[in-house]
Amino acid sequence: MTFLLAAAQNADAPTLAAQNVAFGIIAALMIYAAVRLVTTDNVVHAAVHLVLVLAGAAAQFILLGAEFIAITQVLVYIGAIVVLFLFGIMLTKAPMSGEEKLSRDNWMLGGATGLVLLGLLGYALIDSFGGDRLPADLMPTDTRAVSDAIFGTYLVPFEIISLLLLAALVGAIVIARRD
Amino acid sequence: MSGMVLGLFENYWQVSILRSVGVLAAVLLPAGTFVYVFLFKMVSFMQSRLGPMEAGPFGSMQLLAEVGKFIQKEDIVPEQADRKLFKAAPYLVVGTVLLVYLAVPFGPDMWFANLEGGVFYILAVSSISSLGVLLAGWSSANKYALIGGLRAAGQLIAYELPMVLAVVGVVIQAGTMNLSGIVAAQANGEIFGFSGIGNPYFITQFVALGIFLIAVQAELGQTPFDMPIAESELVTGYITEYSGLRFLLFFIGEFASAGAFAAVAATLFMGGWAVPTAWADLDSNWFNLIGPLLMLTKMMLIGGLIFFVRFTFPRFREDQLQKLAWTVLIPIALVNILATTILKVAF
Repeated sequence: MTFLLAAAQNADAPTLAAQNVAFGIIAALMIYAAVRLVTTDNVVHAAVHLVLVLAGAAAQFILLGAEFIAITQVLVYIGAIVVLFLFGIMLTKAPMSGEEKLSRDNWMLGGATGLVLLGLLGYALIDSFGGDRLPADLMPTDTRAVSDAIFGTYLVPFEIISLLLLAALVGAIVIARRD
Repeated sequence: MSGMVLGLFENYWQVSILRSVGVLAAVLLPAGTFVYVFLFKMVSFMQSRLGPMEAGPFGSMQLLAEVGKFIQKEDIVPEQADRKLFKAAPYLVVGTVLLVYLAVPFGPDMWFANLEGGVFYILAVSSISSLGVLLAGWSSANKYALIGGLRAAGQLIAYELPMVLAVVGVVIQAGTMNLSGIVAAQANGEIFGFSGIGNPYFITQFVALGIFLIAVQAELGQTPFDMPIAESELVTGYITEYSGLRFLLFFIGEFASAGAFAAVAATLFMGGWAVPTAWADLDSNWFNLIGPLLMLTKMMLIGGLIFFVRFTFPRFREDQLQKLAWTVLIPIALVNILATTILKVAF
């Protein structure tokens, strides 16, 4: 009760109840899908769960009013999953019943790495944005503002990343072509 | 933009319910019209036969009879199939079409969601259906179905790019990604100072329109790009194992997405629901009634083109399909973007 009162007194910031409930539901789904993604023994099921995780991330972006980022998330990541599927089906046997065990012996090491990353990223996020609150009149971010930021303030890093990706692309083609 | 639709509803919940019902109507009505007018009647005319004549006047109720037939059929799941994915895949395909319609405006207030990045959104969600097709192919546990699914995925990857690049030209010329904004830009536009017919982009962006229509044909898997269901090689590709309701869902998905892409093409290149501002006051409430009808007319024009090509051309080979996208369409689309940019700055 005192906790509720304290929360009420502290409520100069808007509560955004619907957003918070939706955030919780989507986050729970994402965590379930993420766990299934690494524990399932079927390549295609793993990819489907990856789709769920990424779609959940897109939904969270929409809740934050970041419409453009959410759409980009769908276009880039969910589109890329199709390619992942293609490779998953064509390069592995992708057996229907999944008798083969997909987990490797050093999964503990991977889990530990994941935990360290979780702590590190969580600390960094809470440390820099922990006190921020969403504005009461949450409006979708203007696409113009996003493009102004990318092609104005962050032009040089953006172009460098583009070059890096291009180099990676050319490298992948060179490795794949054997003639 | 007011919250009123036709001056009848004001409350948020009333407008929201109307919009939700509207999406379903917008998906099913054009799909049904396309099937009856083009698949039943136009192809019959082209092949010197009558088509369905028994159910209703001129066979117009045939579609309802077909739906009834499919619903009665047994919903068979192959023994080796991945049951959950097999059952979910058709819903993913149909759901994608609903998502595409969400961003298309049908009148000054007749929109479902007025998204800032509408065009970008449509291009993003339309790629989800390929996931459904791929899952359908894999989960059927059938080699024909799997190859059909893989072909569909390769086709969609190849033709998504020219489609996006073609649309970029329109976006540059309109200066906005919002579909209502693109409609307004065409209605208010003028050609060398002459504003009598606005500036529908099929005049200035005819290269983009051509590439867009070819890419749509491939994304929809219509002949000449119907390798995923090529019946002489793959039985019926990824839908081989489907029957009953789920087959019907794939069927609806095919024609509803033809309607969706026709709506997008009509909005991007033919002025959407609007007429040139020189002709009428576009903010008038009447356009909430006239707009959808105008839109349907333009959709029928584009749809007629899609299905005319479908019934006229023979199927390409798989390698010709990939070659066309990567060596012809993408370079032309890039040149079109460059030319549009230069002209946009010059004028």
